[in-house]
Amino acid sequence: MKRVHEIEHADIVHRCFRCGYCKFPEDYVDFNCPSYRAFGWDTYSPGGRMWLIRAWMNGELTTTPHLAEILYSCAACDNCKEQCVFPRFKDYLPEIFQEAKAEMVTEGLVPPKVRDYFKAVAVNGNPYKLPQAERGKWAQGLGLPVFSDQEYLFYVGCVGSYDEVGQKMARSVGKLLMDLGLSVGILGDREHCDGNEVRVMGETGLFTALAEENVIQFKALGVKKIVTLDPHALNTFRRDYPRFRGDFEVRHFSEVLADRLAEGEPVLKGWKVRVTFHDPCYLGRHNGIYDAPRRVLQAIPGLELIEMRRNRKNAFCCGGGGGNFFTDILGGGEDAPARVRLREALDTGAEILVVACPQCYKMLDDALKAEGKEEVMEVIDLAEAVRRAG
Amino acid sequence: MEHIYRSLVAIVGERGVSNRPEELWYYSRDPGVLEPHRPDFVVTPKTTEQVRDIVLLARKEKIPLVPMGNGMALTGLVIPLKGGIVLDMKRMNRILEVNEMGRYAVVEGGTSQGMLKAYLKDHHPRLRHSLPDAPPTTTIAANVSLHGQGRLTQQYGFNSDMVTGLEVVLPTGEVCLIGSPSLGPYWFSKGPTLPDLSGLFLGWLGTTGIITKVGLKLYPNKKFRDVELFVTDRVELVPSILYKLTHLEMLEDINVWFQPRPLLFKDNYHITLYFTGDTVEEVEFKRHMVWDALQEFMESKDGGFMALDYLKDTLLEMPQRGVAAFADVPRGGGFEYSGPITLIEHYPAYAAKVVELAHKYDVLYASSARLISGGHSMMFSISFAFNRADPAMMGRVKAALDEATAFALDMGGIPWKPNHFEQRLTLERLNPNTRELMRRIKMCLDPDGIMNPGNWEVNEYETSA
Repeated sequence: MKRVHEIEHADIVHRCFRCGYCKFPEDYVDFNCPSYRAFGWDTYSPGGRMWLIRAWMNGELTTTPHLAEILYSCAACDNCKEQCVFPRFKDYLPEIFQEAKAEMVTEGLVPPKVRDYFKAVAVNGNPYKLPQAERGKWAQGLGLPVFSDQEYLFYVGCVGSYDEVGQKMARSVGKLLMDLGLSVGILGDREHCDGNEVRVMGETGLFTALAEENVIQFKALGVKKIVTLDPHALNTFRRDYPRFRGDFEVRHFSEVLADRLAEGEPVLKGWKVRVTFHDPCYLGRHNGIYDAPRRVLQAIPGLELIEMRRNRKNAFCCGGGGGNFFTDILGGGEDAPARVRLREALDTGAEILVVACPQCYKMLDDALKAEGKEEVMEVIDLAEAVRRAG
Repeated sequence: MEHIYRSLVAIVGERGVSNRPEELWYYSRDPGVLEPHRPDFVVTPKTTEQVRDIVLLARKEKIPLVPMGNGMALTGLVIPLKGGIVLDMKRMNRILEVNEMGRYAVVEGGTSQGMLKAYLKDHHPRLRHSLPDAPPTTTIAANVSLHGQGRLTQQYGFNSDMVTGLEVVLPTGEVCLIGSPSLGPYWFSKGPTLPDLSGLFLGWLGTTGIITKVGLKLYPNKKFRDVELFVTDRVELVPSILYKLTHLEMLEDINVWFQPRPLLFKDNYHITLYFTGDTVEEVEFKRHMVWDALQEFMESKDGGFMALDYLKDTLLEMPQRGVAAFADVPRGGGFEYSGPITLIEHYPAYAAKVVELAHKYDVLYASSARLISGGHSMMFSISFAFNRADPAMMGRVKAALDEATAFALDMGGIPWKPNHFEQRLTLERLNPNTRELMRRIKMCLDPDGIMNPGNWEVNEYETSA
């Protein structure tokens, strides 16, 4: 059959059996695909997308706003890749979804919210359409130096730079890194978007431009090591930037904190509290970092870490990935992934929900309000937990 | 049709109904080899009341209704052969009750096998249900409605035998309770000592009503579970081996399988034996009993136990993920099987037929039989994998399966979850008075013929009684 649409992995799309293992975590306790959980149609599941993409490639379906919504509602959480039972092609699932979106970008038929996101990043350098000059405002008064020859570049990203909750987390982490005596500098208003979401949403041209711009800048400044606030930035720096000769040593702040605490710094007085931890998809499933944030929490005397029913590689996504943080294609309501996840956190009986990603922070903090549970639980970032224990 | 759409939206809300090309395309097919057929609408009800309102609407509009679980029967039972409304039941997935002492669960009609397994593990670790090896997204209601099987079928019968009560929306819109829940709050018996009305719905493939709640027997979840693999290259001995094993009345499950790939399995018949116990001693005692039962076959060098080191985790997995993975052996995303219910003594004839059909149609085979109720019968699966991008291969698989079903009927077997073609073959051979009884039941329950039409079309046969 002649193909109407081409993607790089077109030859394996037909191999999905649509068995549905991809919808679940390892032990099947609940649906673990955020978009399937939110919408309830098989078309919004990974297997559904695979079958629809095949029909679309073959011309049995055309590009419609609804098909675009189905593709862009994917939170890119990688649960499907983790749970698919077909070892010979499971690793390509996220790439296939991304390639299909890239084809839609080429056609110019993406959802308006996605188009607006691309335009904002292309024109303003950030999805918030805010001036570049305001990018470093989050750090005002902290005393964080502009990067010159420090050991680490502390890269904050768009959410940490512009979003209110993200800024709070950026300040919390930045201050702690300084307090730990880490040699760290920031780019402030010279920082650019890392492009992770641009890539996932299929704008490969814009992503290439962003990646190249960042690599040139980092190299010109002599950056060798990067510590990121946002696991999304960590992901693209580690996994994509080497293709652009961006070979930096990239760590998430939780890894740096965990190592410092293991070395005995800072000395923590303790915090008697019950907390639960939400694994960010780009920290956990995408990059295999599960232990570092837990090592940080477990180093706090008096703190009791209670795991959610779904954790580590089985963690349920907050629904912010794949650009949904900005486009909100997954939508709200009681089946919204963030609210489902928040309820799971509440089920642990913990008083505190600790996050390690500014996007998860915002999603879950909003969910806390939507559920009306601000009196029962508080969402804080990992660095704030350390600060409260100090 | 627009007024039907608006009515459906009024029942399930905007997000619960679709007539968009993407959903209509997807829900027009299943993963098997049958031709697709488009529905007019797809809905995802969340409550029994919504299902009832949809049924009443369909009855008024004379539009077909097709209830669907995960669509993994593979035999087109959820393909809307005459269009209409597909009801994706998976949003009705609450586990409503587990009676620990009574050893039963009550679940909604779209509850998946996987979710019940996980729920029991978390909240009632002493209990388990008869989990099929189908993917965990498959639903309990769909499984019992087609007389499915599971890990405990060897001990306790078809999974439909484990039903302890039903809530069904009849094709005329009444919500009907079946069994003990029709008299009181408990779900412990689907029939006895009342007339067993569950038979009006189990095995009818969604043609007599929509199951919205299921009561299901639970069984002791033993602390230890182990497996042995007995292998013989003499197919004619398989029935006697199985007879000796079932005589022990000790085994959780018995599967017999053979396949040409990988090569280490070729030309051998593998009997997987599962046994459980609450102590190591109990497990070891059962293992000894199994070995003793099969001693004569080992002494004659007709069989032996296979070392299991690298296979053990796979065999003990529930459900076995490798079952779905068979679909990718020809790098093509599909397989389908005919699974007639037959006698153990017929195993060699069926096994020969599988190989014959695979050669005749040039397709890749695998076969796995499961014993039912201590060996009173078995499900013999004749599975063929195919490449979904190769329509000719899919056609050959379909032809092979059609021939397999005809063979099973010739052998006195009963097709399991038959597709509409196999149903027709079956009805043609059915005792005329039995067929007439089925027709009367169908006419009585579904006078408008709206339930999953194209399946169990008994109305097409002249009255002969």
